[in-house]
Amino acid sequence: MKVYLTDMEGKEHELEATEEWTLMEIIREGGIPILAQCGGSCACATCHVYVDPAWKAKLPEPGEEEIGMLDGTFDVTPDSRLACQIVFTKDLDGLKVKLAAGSI
Amino acid sequence: MIDAAMQNPIQTDAVIVGAGPIGLFSVFELGLNDIKCHLVDILDKPGGQCAELYPEKPIYDIPAVPVCTGAELTERLLEQIKPFNAQFHFGQMAESLAKLPDGTWRLTTDAGTVIDSKIVVIAAGGGSFMPKRPPIKGIEEFEGKSVFYAVRKKDQFRNKNIVIAGGGDSALDWALNLQPLAKHVTLVHRRDEFRASPDSVGKMRALVASGQMDLKIGNFSAIKGEAGQVQSIVLIDDSKNANEIPCDCVLAFYGLTMKLGPVANFGLDLHENLIPVNTADFETSEPRVFAIGDINAYPGKMKLILSGFHEAALMAKKAFAYIHPDKRYRFQYTTSSSDLQGKLGVEKGTAA
Repeated sequence: MKVYLTDMEGKEHELEATEEWTLMEIIREGGIPILAQCGGSCACATCHVYVDPAWKAKLPEPGEEEIGMLDGTFDVTPDSRLACQIVFTKDLDGLKVKLAAGSI
Repeated sequence: MIDAAMQNPIQTDAVIVGAGPIGLFSVFELGLNDIKCHLVDILDKPGGQCAELYPEKPIYDIPAVPVCTGAELTERLLEQIKPFNAQFHFGQMAESLAKLPDGTWRLTTDAGTVIDSKIVVIAAGGGSFMPKRPPIKGIEEFEGKSVFYAVRKKDQFRNKNIVIAGGGDSALDWALNLQPLAKHVTLVHRRDEFRASPDSVGKMRALVASGQMDLKIGNFSAIKGEAGQVQSIVLIDDSKNANEIPCDCVLAFYGLTMKLGPVANFGLDLHENLIPVNTADFETSEPRVFAIGDINAYPGKMKLILSGFHEAALMAKKAFAYIHPDKRYRFQYTTSSSDLQGKLGVEKGTAA
C-alpha cells in the first residue's frame, strides 16, 4: 500500500504504508523529515499536512482536540490535518497529502 | 549586571542544561554522589516537554507508575529531588559554554547568569522552547521592532493600534490586558472558536460586542510596512478573501516550538542535531560535558524518558570521579545504605 507525499519543494514521494500506523509514522519511516515534536500525542501541531481534496471524504473527521491543536500552526485550510491523527487503513491505499510549512 | 556576574560567577559542582524529567532526575543521581547542582531552563517552570507540551496527557511507561500525566511526573520528580536543594534558573537560555584553564566549564545564560562548574550535563531534550514564528516572507525585518512574540514592557503598546494573533490563553490574556491602554486592539484568529479559559473568551466577546475590540477571522498571511515598522497585515479566510488590517504593531501567540539553539555552538560534536555520546558514561566529545535524554545519540538509542533516567545514573558515576577524585566510588543501594538514606533525609526505620 502506498502514500504519495508532496514535500515543501513540490517533489512527490511514494511511501510504503503500513496498516494501523499513523500517517506521521509512515512519513517518518519513509525517510522524509517531519518535525512531529510531541511524538504523535496531538500536542504540538508540527506534523501538519494538507490532504488532497479527493481523499478528504475517505478520512474520519478530525476530533475536537486535533482541530484545536491546528490553532498552533499556520496556513490552515479546510484540507489541514495533523498526520499523527490519521490512522492508515486499506481504504487509504494511494492517499495523497502535502507537507505544510511548520512541519519540517 | 553582566560584568558583576562575570567577576563573581556562581560556583557549583554540576550545571544541568534543561529542567525536564531527565534534568530533574540527574539532580537525584548526582545528589546521591554528593554533587551539588544548578539547573538552567528557558521555560519559566520545571518539566520541559512534560510541562509545556503534554501536562494533562497520560504517560504509561514509567516503571512502577502505571499511569501519570506530564504534570504529575514533574511534581513527583521535584518531590524526589527535594533533599538535594538544587538551584533553578528559569526563563533563561544557556547561551555559551567555555572551557576554563583548569578544564572545568563556564556556562553563561542570555540573562547574564554566569555559572562555573566542574561538570556540565546537557539534558536539553529537543532543544530550547521558542515562540513559533509565522512563516511569512520578510517577517524577520519587523521582529523586535514592531512584531513581537512576547510582551516585555506593556507600556510600549500604549496608544498603539495592536493586532494580536492566536486563539489560546496567551493571545486572549494579552488582548484583554492591553485593550485598556492601547488605541485599539484587533484580535485575529483562523476560526471563530478559542481554546482559552471560558472567562477570557466571555470578556473578549463582550468587548467585541460593544465595539471596544475587533475580532477578525482568517489566516495571518502577509505583512506590509517598511524599515521594520509594520503598517498592516493581511488575513486570508477559507474562501481566499483577503482582509487588510492597518496596525502599528503585531503580537503573535502560536505557542512554542523546540529549536536546538545555542547548544549547537557549544563546540561539541553534533550528528543530525543530536550530541553523540559513549554509552559507558554518556560523556560527549569534550571531557566533563555529558549529554543525556532525547538530545543525545548512540547506537540503539530510544527516545524514552526511562532511557534518560538510566543515562543519568551512569553519567553521575563518571561525574563523581571528576568531582571527588580523592574519594573511592562506592556502589550502594538506597534500600540498604544508611549513608544514602541520610542524604535523602530518611529517618532511621521510617523508610516507607
